[in-house]
Amino acid sequence: MNYKMISYILGWILVFAAAFMTVPMITAIIYGEATFFHFLGTAIVCLIIGRLLTFKKRKNTNLYAREGFIIVALSWIVLSLCGTMPMWLSGAIPSFVDALFETVSGFTTTGASILNDVEAMPKCILMWRSFTHWIGGMGVLVFIMAFLPLSGGNNLHIMKAESPGPVVGKLVPKIKTTAFILYAIYFALTVLEFIFLLFGGMSVFDAVNTAFATAGTGGFGFLNSSMASFSPYIKIVITVFMILFSINFGSYYLILIGKLKEAITVEVKAFLFIVVAAITIITINISSMYANAGDALLDSSFTVASLISTTGFGVADFNQWPELSRTLLVLISFIGACAGSTGGGFKVSRLVILFKGIKKELNTLIHPRQVKKIKMDSHTVDSETIRSVNVYLITYVVIFVVSIVLISFENHDMITNFTSVAATFNNIGPGLEMVGPTQNFAFFSDFSKIVFIFDMLIGRLELFPMLLLFKPSVWKK
Amino acid sequence: MKIIIVGCGKVGTALAGELSKDGNSISVIDTNADRVNDIANKYDAMGIVGDGLDHLTLKEAGVEHADLFIAMTGSDEQNLLCCLMAKKTGNCQTIARVRSPRYSKEAPFIKDELGLAMVINPEYAAAAEIARILRFPSAIKIDTFARGRIELLKFRLPEDSPLVGLAVKDIVSKLHCNVLVCTIERGEEAYIANGDFVFEGKDIISIIAPHKSANEFFKKINYKTLSAKNVIIAGGGDISHYLCKTLSRSSNISVKVIERKLERCKELSAELETATIIHGDASDKALLLEEGLEKADGFVALTNLDEENIFLSLFAKQVSNAKSITKVNRIDFDEVIARLDLDTTIYPKNITTETIVRYVRAAQNAIGSNVETLYNVVKDKIEAAEFIVKEGSPITGVQLCELKFKPNVLIAAILRNGQVIVPRGSDMLQPGDSVIIVSDILGMKDITDILK
Repeated sequence: MNYKMISYILGWILVFAAAFMTVPMITAIIYGEATFFHFLGTAIVCLIIGRLLTFKKRKNTNLYAREGFIIVALSWIVLSLCGTMPMWLSGAIPSFVDALFETVSGFTTTGASILNDVEAMPKCILMWRSFTHWIGGMGVLVFIMAFLPLSGGNNLHIMKAESPGPVVGKLVPKIKTTAFILYAIYFALTVLEFIFLLFGGMSVFDAVNTAFATAGTGGFGFLNSSMASFSPYIKIVITVFMILFSINFGSYYLILIGKLKEAITVEVKAFLFIVVAAITIITINISSMYANAGDALLDSSFTVASLISTTGFGVADFNQWPELSRTLLVLISFIGACAGSTGGGFKVSRLVILFKGIKKELNTLIHPRQVKKIKMDSHTVDSETIRSVNVYLITYVVIFVVSIVLISFENHDMITNFTSVAATFNNIGPGLEMVGPTQNFAFFSDFSKIVFIFDMLIGRLELFPMLLLFKPSVWKK
Repeated sequence: MKIIIVGCGKVGTALAGELSKDGNSISVIDTNADRVNDIANKYDAMGIVGDGLDHLTLKEAGVEHADLFIAMTGSDEQNLLCCLMAKKTGNCQTIARVRSPRYSKEAPFIKDELGLAMVINPEYAAAAEIARILRFPSAIKIDTFARGRIELLKFRLPEDSPLVGLAVKDIVSKLHCNVLVCTIERGEEAYIANGDFVFEGKDIISIIAPHKSANEFFKKINYKTLSAKNVIIAGGGDISHYLCKTLSRSSNISVKVIERKLERCKELSAELETATIIHGDASDKALLLEEGLEKADGFVALTNLDEENIFLSLFAKQVSNAKSITKVNRIDFDEVIARLDLDTTIYPKNITTETIVRYVRAAQNAIGSNVETLYNVVKDKIEAAEFIVKEGSPITGVQLCELKFKPNVLIAAILRNGQVIVPRGSDMLQPGDSVIIVSDILGMKDITDILK
């Protein structure tokens, strides 16, 4: 275990955390809010500690897979703790666990909140919440890698541990360029959404917040009614961008370099198919509740996009919808977005691989001696990937079950328990019943909130980095 | 530079590592997924699993925009075909490894007619290096700069050398020799020489000098410099074949080749008229002694087994004064082998890698860097680079002793109008000079890299 290199990178995380806080600080200056000083204080402390840790260059820069995992897990914990401080110290959220929940929910792009009255918050805190979505969406270490000269090829382990999906590859040979391209696409799409929102008559503050929260597929609202009060135009813009941000960013790169055919992968096709199918069924299912079909289509597409992209914005209280719609919404929220996007969930590509595995198994029952390799986009999926997807599914279920058991100590109803874990673990935000779109997580006990905090981190980092922290043998020199 | 490497064997992997460290964009192609993943995890390179002969795979690797294409698979024909396809689709420069002696005579023809930038034959390159060392057996390694006018020689100091106990600066003041000590390797450490460094026995020293001064220097420290006259080669593979051919050009070296297989002996004897071909087991001590190992002044172990080569060379050192040269195929354990009391170890794979890395660095000349040639003096620790000083460079017109260099930088030689100058503090650099710089700054791109 290369502790020196780990502390070096954690030092950089602190430096970058301080840099990130300039965004809420500028907001605080514009709106003349005193919370500015809490951000400033936190940023200065982060900067000092960070610079101390990064002062000396490390000689041994070797990073292996386990260091990659541990760095990512620790970075997210450190970053979350830094982000919590201003909210807690300023008294905006008086309880530490609540403030931590809110920050982790932000960085992991969950968007589950413990705030009963969002509108009462200082603007800079609202901006900070949305900005944490944006940073967490593409990943803070990918951000650092795009700008920091971390030499050596071993950094791929860090990127692999932070980026979602069963197979994490590079777009171009150099990891730094790859990270830069990813953030460039991310930034461009965010700006594009911001401009579209401005055209729809949103104020600059609202548009920036919405763009950040959509881009990271986070879903923190800045109004108590989330997105319900906005015009149909704005709802359509948000719907489209929620879907755009849940598509693999590798596809956008391929489109940019003119490889349109390769860009539309099996995963993207499957994702779009699920989206269209879910919207169709739900629209028909809820049409009796709406005066005209257009409104039903608008609300159902927004909700489907919001849940499958694991954003979690709300325009309608889908808790009141018929049982078929509720069930479908919970199911698609498990599927989640594409690999290599900013969305959470199980990931469409894993699902495709699992289904292909089932088909292969059935075939071997008919032709026991058949030799068949699973292929995706004309590439053979190696058995290592298939194995890791299977293990992922089992681990996913185990963590899910354990979390539900831990939450059920509070004696709420089954649907609340189930969907609250699903909403945090898949980084969505709202669930059903007591955690439905018009509700929030404030009523849970601190113990349950800590369980949710872990679920959010484990879900965002795709299980293994966080789990590895608890394995003692990892920490041996 | 954008570089594509096909074939991720030992050489392909080493190349990917070296070239990515220099900041090139590397894509590697191999059919073996494990090897590709290994490279993608270890180095900053993109791995593609696929066949280098499949033009869709080549396109996926970005052959259309590549600057250089290197084919290092196990098969000569596949390498050549890959390069042709890359050339046709991407119009990039191509390097192919072609090792079969069948093509060795055709190498220039193949290179020109197929439009390759370089055809590299590791065995031939190894043989050339062995031949160079046999002609100057005192050296462990010889590199040449300024088109052969300046030599960088590496040799091991014997315990009883008059140089032991003297400091580096004494070479000029007491021995009056015009040579410059560049590096000293002691155990696993490598130092860049400064004037007060005191020599110890068993140090490996590299010096830079014009050929004449080097000879004079070796005479003064009682080091024999005569070419080997009587060479025994164990093993009759391709390297032996090339080596005998090269050595046969100078008539005064007598060569004996010991080969186990009768068929191969017959082939060799038909090809090589001047060499004596012995049919027998080279690992047989009695046979070696019978063939006069004790009297030989050169022994080259070229069998297919690394371990056998090492044993044979150690045995040769024990029973004779012969200069021993050992071929080692595996490149992973070089630091272990360096500790053994072997004279010179030749790694054909490293020679291939170095030649290509050198080519790439020289090719970068056009884009920003102005390195003429670059050598690893001590692997991964110390490099020597030759620069041409350009007009208006901040390094010209100032006395060397007044320039602020980074630590561990040595101006080793200046070549001006065909004259070799061993630089002293009062010398000044002029535009057009060739300068050789030895330093621990790896991957130097410009001469100003050495300034603070």
